[in-house]
Amino acid sequence: MSYSELQAASRFADAVPGDQDFDHQETTGAVGSYLLGLGLATLLTVVSFFVAGTTLVWTPSIPVALVVLAIAQMGVHLVFFLHITTGPDNTNNVMALAFGVLIVLVLMVGTIWVMTTMNHNMMPMDQMMHMQR
Amino acid sequence: MSAFEAAGGRDEFNRFRPDRDAWERSYAEPLPGHDQVSKRIVVGYGFWIYLLSDIIMFSAFFATYAVLVGATAGGPSGRDLFDLHKVAIETACLLLSSFTCGLASIGARTNRGSWFYGAMTATCLLGAAFLFIEINEFRSMIAEGAGPTRSAFLSSFFALVGLHGLHVTVGLLWLLTMMAQVFAKGYRADVLRRVLCFGLFWHTLDIIWVGIFTMVYLMGVAQ
Repeated sequence: MSYSELQAASRFADAVPGDQDFDHQETTGAVGSYLLGLGLATLLTVVSFFVAGTTLVWTPSIPVALVVLAIAQMGVHLVFFLHITTGPDNTNNVMALAFGVLIVLVLMVGTIWVMTTMNHNMMPMDQMMHMQR
Repeated sequence: MSAFEAAGGRDEFNRFRPDRDAWERSYAEPLPGHDQVSKRIVVGYGFWIYLLSDIIMFSAFFATYAVLVGATAGGPSGRDLFDLHKVAIETACLLLSSFTCGLASIGARTNRGSWFYGAMTATCLLGAAFLFIEINEFRSMIAEGAGPTRSAFLSSFFALVGLHGLHVTVGLLWLLTMMAQVFAKGYRADVLRRVLCFGLFWHTLDIIWVGIFTMVYLMGVAQ
């Protein structure tokens, strides 16, 4: 019985993160989904390592490219390995994830922003030592 | 239609009257159209919440690392220390182990013992290879005098990457426990729920590793 049939029969409200919708007699599609995820993640990893070592692009753009590639790869992992989808049975999983992402963003961007600004406004160490004398 | 009915009828009239049984009914009433609660969904969702809180904890370590990455105190920086070839092998190990972990979950779902044991063994070996390379990297760094006490940069590096390595170690122990439980108890419902949670845990570790190899290693060397 496939997951969607199980859901229809027992009328469960939600899907579990990590559970895949496939028929137990036909595992080819399920394996294929994992293979597709593996392929996409490998591609993004190879591109990341290539971009980090290359001199072909404008150097300040490299960190931005790396961040974009990493976020894309995290998305691939979420969709193909953790099976987080946009379906109505996944609303709770997506809402929890969205809140987690919000906290992570606030924490990381906030910390880096505050600490960089503070470093910027600090007096250089040699001047500070000079004043203390 | 009377004025009473136009204003909403008896339902609207009763809406604000005290209802002493409502609290009990809020437990007993099923969701509209859903007359059962699945233990697998409750367990999986609860573990998903734990994983998100784990990711939030990691984000604090990431933020600390990002702030302290320049504080090398005259010591070596990431560019002097990191070997991207080793990191590439580590990344390949963890990505492949995530894939084999997925195969193991299919094997557990379809009761195919050979699939489950084979894929779990592969996951275990790949995870162990990752840990082996990481521990060797740490040991050679400490031997070079670039241990966690050398600078704030290295403290935050060892804290972040070490925390991930600790998670992988716990994951390996959990993996072996799952293989033993399936061997001893078979594909029982409670064992299958634990296998589900283990799979989620292992995939999440790979997501965190994507952040580490990007932010620590690739950005540390590229700059």
